[in-house]
Amino acid sequence: MSIAITTQIICFSVLSLVILIGALGVVLLESIVYSAFLLGGVFMSVAGLYLLLNASFVAAAQVLVYVGAVNVLIIFAIMLVNKKEDLKPISDIKSRRIISTSICLTLLSLLIRVDLTNVWSLSSPQNSIGEESTIRIGEHLFSDYLLPFEVASVLLLMAMIGAIVLARRDVMSKDISTGLPVDQELIEKSSEPLLTNKN
Amino acid sequence: MNLESIPLQAFLIVSSALFCIGIWGLLNSRNAVRVLMSIELMLNAVNINLMAFSSYVDNNLIQGQVFTIFVITVAAAEAAVGLAILLSLYRNRVTVDMESFNLLKW
Repeated sequence: MSIAITTQIICFSVLSLVILIGALGVVLLESIVYSAFLLGGVFMSVAGLYLLLNASFVAAAQVLVYVGAVNVLIIFAIMLVNKKEDLKPISDIKSRRIISTSICLTLLSLLIRVDLTNVWSLSSPQNSIGEESTIRIGEHLFSDYLLPFEVASVLLLMAMIGAIVLARRDVMSKDISTGLPVDQELIEKSSEPLLTNKN
Repeated sequence: MNLESIPLQAFLIVSSALFCIGIWGLLNSRNAVRVLMSIELMLNAVNINLMAFSSYVDNNLIQGQVFTIFVITVAAAEAAVGLAILLSLYRNRVTVDMESFNLLKW
């Protein structure tokens, strides 16, 4: 990295602030749509941190996959299920909030203590690969990480088929091979919502 | 203060804070979409950790960056399947309130 250290520190501080404030906004804001767009901002800032760490390929993958795919998918899901509903109040919400917040703060203090007290065996910056990281990632993916790479492609195929099967609404009325009417109950629940009367 | 680069601990603290915010959101959200967003935040915290270690501890072989690529892949698959499950759940119960998904509660 050839940027001056002061510039690096300024960039790091700004990106970290955006990440933390954006993440707090994602979990705290009332409107879920604002949360989704803030989430996109958090993803972009994380990509900026990757650029500071000399990892241009992973930064590009982060922008493409998270901002371009995951965030858009989340916004689509919000659009499909966005119904104003009055949530039933929970009786013991206060004690729940207190317990969960204290758990999170305890975990945070534990993690920060480990971060600060542990002695990390840093390697010298001389043999850093620097800008060549994309070439090295390609070498890894086609030599020692070849099997995980192929398994990841199978995983993506399974996820795609699974998502289609789970989210589809319409089924054909006739079986393609036999021409008989399909038993709809087995594949798709009837149109009136089930299970809403429980509670 | 004379630094040659940003200390590794700074990255680790940012990622710890992001992870804890994600856990808080996971425990406290009532909207199922927000729960999925919290999971994405936690995955990103882990990715920052992996990238920082790969750059500071293993800066020649950078295996952490390869791991990050795989985590991004799994996160994309998880988001797709999770949102599909959410849609079919919404179709059956007409709500995304986490408190009403209590079919497995005994």
